[in-house]
Amino acid sequence: MEFLQPATWEEALAMKAAHPEAVPIAGGTDVMVEINLDHRRPETVMDLTPIRELTEWGTDDGVLRIGAGVSYTRLIDELGDRLPGLAIASRTVGSPQIRNRGTVGGNLGTASPAGDAHPPLLAADAEVELASTSGTRRVPVREFFTGPKRHTMRQDELIAAFLVEPAPGPQQFSKVGTRNAMVIAVCSFALALDPARRRVGTGIGSAGPTPLRAVDAEAFIAGELDWDGRRPPSDATLSRFGELVAAAAKPIDDVRGTAAYRRHALAVMSRRCLAWAWATPPHLWGGGARSAPEGL
Amino acid sequence: MRIACTVNGHTRVAENVWAGESLLYVLRERFGLYGSKNACEQGECGSCSVYLDGSLVCACLVLGGQANGREVVTVEGVDAAGVQQAFVDAGAVQCGFCTPGLIVATHDLLRRVPQPSDAQIREALAGNVCRCTGYAKIIEAVNMAAR
Amino acid sequence: MRVGESVQRVDGPSKVRGTFAYSSDLHAEHMLWGSTVRSPHPYARITSIDTSEARAMPGVHAVLTHEDVPGMKLYGLEIQDQPVLAFDFVRYGGEAVALVAADHPEQARRATQKVRVEYEVLRPVTQAEDALRPDAPRLHPDGNVTRHVKIRHGDQVARADVVVRGEYEIGMQDQAPLGPESGLAVPDAEGGVDLYIATQWLHVDQQQLANILALQPEKVRLTMAGIGGAFGAREDLSMQAHACLLALKTGRPVKISYSRPESFVGHVHRHPGRLSYEHGANTDGMLVYVRARILLDGGAYASSSTAVIANASCFAVGPYRCPNATIDGIVAYSNNPPCGAMRGFGSVQNCYAHEAQMDKLAAALGMDPVELRIRNAMETGTEMITGQKIDGPVPVAELLSRVSSMPLPANVSRPLPVYGEGKGGAVGPADLTAMPGGVSNTTHGEGVKRGIGYAVGFKNIGYSEGFDDHSTARVRLSVIDGRPRVEVHTAAAEVGQGTVMVQAQIAGSELGVNDIVVLNADTRVGSAGSSSASRQTYITGGAVKAAAEAVCQRVLGLAQSELHPASELRIENDNVVGGDGRQIVPLATLLGDAVIEETREFHPRATHRLDPETGQADAHMQYAFAAHRAVVDVDTELGLVKVVELATAQDVGKAINPLAVQGQLEGGAAQGLGLAVMEEIQVQDGVIRNASFTDYLLPTILDMPPLRMDILELGDPNSPYGLKGVGEPPTISSGPAIVAAIRAATGRDIRRVPVRPHDLTL
Repeated sequence: MEFLQPATWEEALAMKAAHPEAVPIAGGTDVMVEINLDHRRPETVMDLTPIRELTEWGTDDGVLRIGAGVSYTRLIDELGDRLPGLAIASRTVGSPQIRNRGTVGGNLGTASPAGDAHPPLLAADAEVELASTSGTRRVPVREFFTGPKRHTMRQDELIAAFLVEPAPGPQQFSKVGTRNAMVIAVCSFALALDPARRRVGTGIGSAGPTPLRAVDAEAFIAGELDWDGRRPPSDATLSRFGELVAAAAKPIDDVRGTAAYRRHALAVMSRRCLAWAWATPPHLWGGGARSAPEGL
Repeated sequence: MRIACTVNGHTRVAENVWAGESLLYVLRERFGLYGSKNACEQGECGSCSVYLDGSLVCACLVLGGQANGREVVTVEGVDAAGVQQAFVDAGAVQCGFCTPGLIVATHDLLRRVPQPSDAQIREALAGNVCRCTGYAKIIEAVNMAAR
Repeated sequence: MRVGESVQRVDGPSKVRGTFAYSSDLHAEHMLWGSTVRSPHPYARITSIDTSEARAMPGVHAVLTHEDVPGMKLYGLEIQDQPVLAFDFVRYGGEAVALVAADHPEQARRATQKVRVEYEVLRPVTQAEDALRPDAPRLHPDGNVTRHVKIRHGDQVARADVVVRGEYEIGMQDQAPLGPESGLAVPDAEGGVDLYIATQWLHVDQQQLANILALQPEKVRLTMAGIGGAFGAREDLSMQAHACLLALKTGRPVKISYSRPESFVGHVHRHPGRLSYEHGANTDGMLVYVRARILLDGGAYASSSTAVIANASCFAVGPYRCPNATIDGIVAYSNNPPCGAMRGFGSVQNCYAHEAQMDKLAAALGMDPVELRIRNAMETGTEMITGQKIDGPVPVAELLSRVSSMPLPANVSRPLPVYGEGKGGAVGPADLTAMPGGVSNTTHGEGVKRGIGYAVGFKNIGYSEGFDDHSTARVRLSVIDGRPRVEVHTAAAEVGQGTVMVQAQIAGSELGVNDIVVLNADTRVGSAGSSSASRQTYITGGAVKAAAEAVCQRVLGLAQSELHPASELRIENDNVVGGDGRQIVPLATLLGDAVIEETREFHPRATHRLDPETGQADAHMQYAFAAHRAVVDVDTELGLVKVVELATAQDVGKAINPLAVQGQLEGGAAQGLGLAVMEEIQVQDGVIRNASFTDYLLPTILDMPPLRMDILELGDPNSPYGLKGVGEPPTISSGPAIVAAIRAATGRDIRRVPVRPHDLTL
């Protein structure tokens, strides 16, 4: 096994071009498990943690550009007000130790259907910025996943960042696990409301070969919601939304749960998430700054 | 390969390291610092919690080479005498295999939140699995150390 | 240090500083790393093993197969049926087939993949029920029934006014001690070996190793290394023989340390079971009869299955008076991972069933479930279904009334909003950590219903059925630097429970000396038996007490005079004092250079083997009881459970170290919670699907609620200081109480543990 440690982003891209087989490692929360448990012996590993650019975020033309190496802890602390859906999801990732190390870039690179960041990124219609020595391109997250642990990246590319609009409205995330912390999703659901455009975004995790959107549910609920009067949706509307979300899933039976339960749970979570999002007090609808309790 | 880093304030160097060795392995088998424990080696138990450049991490999930040039503080070097004494006094130690990780994680919690609530303690220590105590005395120890 | 005081751990300071040396922390110059080749198949015939390629790998010093085992090729705690290294057949997925020793663990791992084992794959027996079928493949020469315990008590055709029936299924639980199986074997120049090891029973390891290695026992010396938990997982051999074989072959120290996935196939588990029960009672709620069939899956090898099924059968009815009982307890071989000892040892599985039955019976009778239990509670002198008249305090009714009268936790939270995340956690007033689903944000109170459940259980303390339970203690009194010092030496395994303090407290109490040192356990002193069956405080405590008393008598003999006969003297605070408490002579002066050493074996009262046809006998030495109340909140729409509070009452006879007793009650309850709601080794077609801590879920600090404790010290007239074994009862009734509470919250007839979300929703 060879260990590469580029000092700069340019060097990293050059190394990746020269060693397309190199497995990038940042927080190590996926790669190291595979190495430690002898599931994988990559020929080459490339450490991305020294590269400063990857740990930076900023706003460009109203869109957040967040480096692939920003940890979940920092997402919660620094961007929780602008990306509440992703922040709720980040809080469910592993433990403080994992959140200090784990990154959205790593989550995308692994492309597990159970990745906790994926549903909120899908719901918010985020983009992934891929880079190589031959240039940079942006891929919508909704087109990024191609199969279980597979994505549209080329061998010579690295994930530079993801881009997402600060929440234009309420966002929610919910995840079922069989213990009250530190658990991989049995299934998960993310919701993002865009009141100005009257759009609803969704993301489903761990209930299909890839993270999924519930496209029919999005269209249905966007048409049903009383965007102007803000009256709460009827129980029948919520139920129908839940049914459409469940129908969009393509779950299987596995060690963490059954397909039937996953569909059932998605219907419940999506109903609840919608009700919570819709009930968000008006001053929090814009995704603007909010006071957060001190602490952790 | 060669790894050079600062561990508990001292420069440590390991030669002829296989590139697949985790920081946990390097600390234990190369530097003889066996305090960080090898219970799961997949980030699920917290027994190998250390500081890496001041951030609480699982040493098993850090590739040895990633620690190159960085600063590591382990249970052997952490300045946590109050937390350590509280764990002994409260009876929060049984077999003790999870204890080193809990000491470092508790130290990290208390430096961020000096007077944590019960819920804050539980969320902060959720990544440190203990099989012996049922956690009651661990919470007691954290409260004791916070006073 | 005295009996009855809360004493801090003597190994605490080194454990909190990270300097305490566990078995995986050992190192020796020129040490090699051992690695194990394991079968991918649950059942197969081995047609050939080719080690040549592996031997040629870089850094490899030895590759061993069954042909390299010089002595007995089979081992086992009760039946010698398990190969040290597989030959002819493999009988479970993960069985050890060959060994490699190399300079670096990665070289060893790579070489294990180059050991070419050819298998003829056979169709595995994956259900205990299938193993009993006449056409099932015979997995062992004596057939697939490892043991069938029959209990025939009273009227076998009794009839009752009210009858309830139930079928129950228990999943396979893992002990999951955090310390992996590990140790260091160091060869000596004379063909012997020193093994530094974490085990529950040094001497039974030593005896088995001597047989395997074809060495005299004195050539196989074991020294206890730090133990990272045990809970039954270290009763059987794991890597002990393998490390010794490699060390003797290479002439180099060899360390083996399992990874977590390997640990899941490297030790036995709690038996999964299927239990069928029928309870008959009168209209006033008095039990008339219980008929039960308990089928446990023992997996590929016997381990302690024969004793586990005896417990499951003897305690099948629970701690109730039951005049008529027909119990068939069967444990069968299969091609699943071997099962054996785990905390609770057969009494856990049946407690889920008998307590569910009592709740069913209460419902059928329209009675309060606690009242029904109290009405049927055993008392001192009650005849068990094995015919044994139970003696000593039997506070079943009192434990139940105490847990049921404890205050209840505050009621379920109203739905509260959570809008997002901030630096401090959820933005919004709800404390997600208090909700079912926790911070995963599945409910803010929607669908949440509260339930309360009760359970009571009991089991035997110590070894049963005629086994000569005993322990050995050597106590030595000398003067070091002008101060008297007592050294206590036993082979008892300090697994975390605190036997080192118990031994020191007993020696301190008996000898009145302040400086007590408990030496590390090894095989230079006689057997202590295992740290299991909640027995160590009783049995090794009894041995330390006897040896300390003998030392005390010799001291007082030295000190006596015409004025002060020995019978009037005692030792207090390093001095010999008279009946009035006045100092006669300092111990240091009295002893000078003399050393007083006594070794004693302690044997509790004898037990007897169950009659093979009727299961009647005085089979057990002591019984311990605990009751639990559980309060749960269940998200009834998602099937997620938050255990809000546990409460327990337990009679410990006499709390030798109250702080450690509390720790046993708390930790034991957490393991019970684990089996009730999350812990299960999932085996499909004989292969474990979740051999890691990612998918085998242990309770975290967010899962384990506060535990209210009421610790009774009723004093057993037969035991040292009146103590009772403490460690296992907390694990027996905690889980059944939680499941009862989930039934109460959901109204569902739950028949299987662990309870899964889909069991509560679909």
